[in-house]
Amino acid sequence: MFLPIEFYGNLLQGALITIQITAMAGVLAFVCALVAGLARMSSWRPVRWTAVTYVEFFRGTSALVQLFWLFYALPLFGLSLSPMTVAVLGLGLHIGAYGAEVVRSAVLAIPRGQHEAALALNMSPALAMRRVILPQAVVAMLPPFNNLMIELLKATALVSLITITDLTFQGQLLNTATLKTAPIFMAVLVFYFLIALGITSVFRTLERRLSVGRLKGMAR
Amino acid sequence: MIWDWDYALEVLPKLLDALIVTVQAALVGFVIALVLGMLIALARRSGRLWLSVPVGALAEFIRSTPLLVQLYFLFFVLPGFGIQTSPFITGVIGLGVHYATYTAEVYRAGLDAVPRGQWEAAWALDFSPLHTFRSIILPQALPPVVPVLGNYLIAIFKDTPLLSAITVLEMMQVAKIEGSETFQYLEPLTIVGLLFLIVSLISAVLIGRLENHLGVLRRI
Repeated sequence: MFLPIEFYGNLLQGALITIQITAMAGVLAFVCALVAGLARMSSWRPVRWTAVTYVEFFRGTSALVQLFWLFYALPLFGLSLSPMTVAVLGLGLHIGAYGAEVVRSAVLAIPRGQHEAALALNMSPALAMRRVILPQAVVAMLPPFNNLMIELLKATALVSLITITDLTFQGQLLNTATLKTAPIFMAVLVFYFLIALGITSVFRTLERRLSVGRLKGMAR
Repeated sequence: MIWDWDYALEVLPKLLDALIVTVQAALVGFVIALVLGMLIALARRSGRLWLSVPVGALAEFIRSTPLLVQLYFLFFVLPGFGIQTSPFITGVIGLGVHYATYTAEVYRAGLDAVPRGQWEAAWALDFSPLHTFRSIILPQALPPVVPVLGNYLIAIFKDTPLLSAITVLEMMQVAKIEGSETFQYLEPLTIVGLLFLIVSLISAVLIGRLENHLGVLRRI
């Protein structure tokens, strides 16, 4: 039932690619989520509608379809991206659309009084957002973002279908080479699970750090 | 590269046929997720540790590893145990089991929201635990979570393209086959994307309506 030790090297290589894609797409997703989430609350209608379109479009279609489209259809418009770029771009935009809703609900959950107090102190809306609202909202965003990052990790398995040799792809290669199917895929699943545990522990640490001094009565 | 309308109209009927398979897979998977999710939720609430701890750990494991790898696992490993099923059945089981771990959390939230007093009152009226659960607790726990469950139906629908990886002839697979025959990927892939968008947007609107409807019911 257990996988012979010499195969773990290949899986580890794949896992590094998976972690790399997760990290890069995660950063992109966070940026997209922040921009789109704030844009959705803009008082300027074109900005709001652009954000709504982005969110609905990427949440409404399948991640795999988006990746395939970027990979197979985009080159026909003369824009050829490397598989790695497609992976990071596709997954980042996809998860970012979900993240936008997280950002929006976290910002909306900050009591109005915080806004009003910032205004009363003569802060500009941008400054109030940056110095008062966001630092509090970020703490509330962390648990849902933790879930999204695990969704992202799971979604990275799809990049094996656009020729990237990630953890899943390495598993398949080993499978065709050795036919030790059950132990190989079990090991792959365990690798993913361990990476997911790693992501959760990073977020737990972040949560502890960022909520220092905020525990008593502020914001909530 | 220009959009080829003749070709698009030629592949559209095939893709619509495949849409039926996609919808079937999503619905059957959803039914499995609904039933199995409830069983998982109940097992995790059970006071018997030998039941709640392993089920909880397994659900956590399934929830944080990629569906694609789980599908490969089922697809390659089940025949090894002498279970011969069609790819469609394998895929539907994979979808159902994966999403059961999500619906279990939804049910848990619904069940936790029913006040303890309801259990105690039913207990005082000499209801059996099963009877209490069926006619007192469930009718209060389910309606608030119906929209959330509906969202998971959409999520399952959007994950059905993964079944193409285990050779199920759903939309994505048909689009890929059509594309590989003519080397025109743009039209089939774009149509698949649009069909996904249309079906999920319509479902989202229907779920919104259902949510309003249930809200009205609860207020009465």
